[in-house]
Amino acid sequence: MKPIWNHRQTNKEQRLERAAALGGRRRKIVAPDQVTALLEAVIEPGDRLCLEGDNQKQADFLAAELTQVDPERVHDLHIVQSCLTLPEHLDLFELGIARRVDFAYSGPQAARLSRLIEKEQIEIGGIHTYLELYGRYFLDLTPRVALVVAEAADADGNLYTGANTEDTPVIVEATAFGQGIVVAQVNRIVEKLPRVDIPGDWVDFVVQSPKPFYQQALFTRDPAQISETMILMAMMAIKGIYAEYGVKTLNHGVGFNTAAVELILPTYGESLGLKGKICTHFALNPHPTMIPAIEEGWVETIQAFGGEIGMEAYVAARPDVFPIGVGGSLRSNRAFVQTAGHYACDLFIGASLQVDPQANSSTAIFGRVAGFGGAPNFGCDARGRRHVSPGWLKAGREADDGRLPGRMPRGRKLVVQMMETFREGLQPVFVEALDAWKFMEAGAFELPPVMIYGDDVSHIVTEEGIANLLLCRTPQEREQAVRGVAGYTPVGLGRDRRMVENLRDRGVIRRPHDLGIRVSEATRDLLAAQDVRDLVRWSGGLYNPPAQFRNW
Amino acid sequence: MEHLTFSFPSEPFTGDAAAPVMAGVVGSGNLEVLVERGEPGAVKVEVATSAKGFGATWEAVLSDLAAQFAVGGLHFSINDHAATPAVVALRLRQALELFVK
Repeated sequence: MKPIWNHRQTNKEQRLERAAALGGRRRKIVAPDQVTALLEAVIEPGDRLCLEGDNQKQADFLAAELTQVDPERVHDLHIVQSCLTLPEHLDLFELGIARRVDFAYSGPQAARLSRLIEKEQIEIGGIHTYLELYGRYFLDLTPRVALVVAEAADADGNLYTGANTEDTPVIVEATAFGQGIVVAQVNRIVEKLPRVDIPGDWVDFVVQSPKPFYQQALFTRDPAQISETMILMAMMAIKGIYAEYGVKTLNHGVGFNTAAVELILPTYGESLGLKGKICTHFALNPHPTMIPAIEEGWVETIQAFGGEIGMEAYVAARPDVFPIGVGGSLRSNRAFVQTAGHYACDLFIGASLQVDPQANSSTAIFGRVAGFGGAPNFGCDARGRRHVSPGWLKAGREADDGRLPGRMPRGRKLVVQMMETFREGLQPVFVEALDAWKFMEAGAFELPPVMIYGDDVSHIVTEEGIANLLLCRTPQEREQAVRGVAGYTPVGLGRDRRMVENLRDRGVIRRPHDLGIRVSEATRDLLAAQDVRDLVRWSGGLYNPPAQFRNW
Repeated sequence: MEHLTFSFPSEPFTGDAAAPVMAGVVGSGNLEVLVERGEPGAVKVEVATSAKGFGATWEAVLSDLAAQFAVGGLHFSINDHAATPAVVALRLRQALELFVK
């Protein structure tokens, strides 16, 4: 018997035939009221399915339609998508439509996901970082069907993703060339697209959704909420880390601490003469708090994972800084910029909910399964990196000095954790044991879900000072360096004072005073913008903040 | 509301002897501190706090400050507005940097 090599192609043809039978002929444009029937025709039980749920944009119409299919016909789906954001994403499991999930981030649904796991209504395959999940799309987790979202389409199925592309290219490429089915929801169908972000050959069906797709302003931080403690930490990070390593390529995690850094570049950074010497190339979403630094000429380029609501016109008017496509809008791409964050950045700086004395950090708090997102791709030493930069080499020398003679020299990425020692509700950030261990003990995970491994962390910044873990030579020194900046938390109070003073003498721990920073200088006057309205003013009126940030 | 009272040894304060040393709201208002001249000797601190069970933390914050700055003979009244120890320590340092050598 002759071997058959095209099962998947044949199977795709059968799916397309079933879909054609609904409308009597083959065509790409589907009416919104036909979508449930279309999904029942093209999805088969047990399929791997990607329901595009990104960090920001959501295929919300297709998600709602998928919950309407007959579970007798469509069931046991294996969902493979980066973010579980919408209630519908989990409804699929309660309705018996989906059974298993592989994902990266579930922040908004963290508590409900935890309950579904307890009730055994969901099978978790793996919790990934973004890059891992995209990698697996091309190997062992290729979707059979992808339900994606774009701004606009034409009759040939070409897609325009506009200012918020995110995951769409990586999902569609893996699915289309794996002979899977691609269905796209779009806000509008037009004769001529501003540009083609996804070629129509890769897209099988397009539906105009009744409402524009849902997207959140996830990266907007109101300067009015930045405290003096955050400003003090930002001053220490700039003077004690960015300046000393000459950090030009970097990623900022989302949060008020890094927003404080962004807002004091044009003031404090300027006073230190650092313009052009640090912070020239960012892997970063279009943070509104970057506007003053951009306007003051600090930034050469910002490559974005996704867009940010309200920043469209400002970004489009700064094409030297942001990647802009034909048609004038931002071209973002999470897969490529995650790669940049991992390999092309000298520094990652972010915050965490819990840090242990070995500097392991986690955002997993019992009762919530939030996943990892992208932080671990940035917040780790890129062991495959080979190109050099002065900061990377300096960090490598610090980590190597005094170790085994003849050791092969290599560089190191700067991985900085910056946060106050207590978070809201007077919860200590520094803890003797991460809650992540309890997840493992409860049987939910085979390993504790750790966001950033301690051995990848180079510096910890708190209101008490900077601990340079690269300079620690023994596990005991490392632990005391962490305790030495852990403030008045139980971990901080448990320090060996003599050893901490010794680490301070060696410059492993540096207090604000040691860095030449007077804490009385850490005031809100240093912020280049005091509130969202100031950001609008800096942008020359181009930044158009969403309603919840307009308080004037 | 919990009221805590502390007393720590400290080097004698040597600033201007006239009037209250400083008074009123420090910084942008999430911690109020009143500093007056008190009995010679130790520094005395009264804390009004809305967060219960943080006496040991307050004691650690304040004893460090008493060791670091010459504040003997002063009397501090603090209303913490549920500030974190990080904010408390920062505010007090900011104030003391300005007023105490």
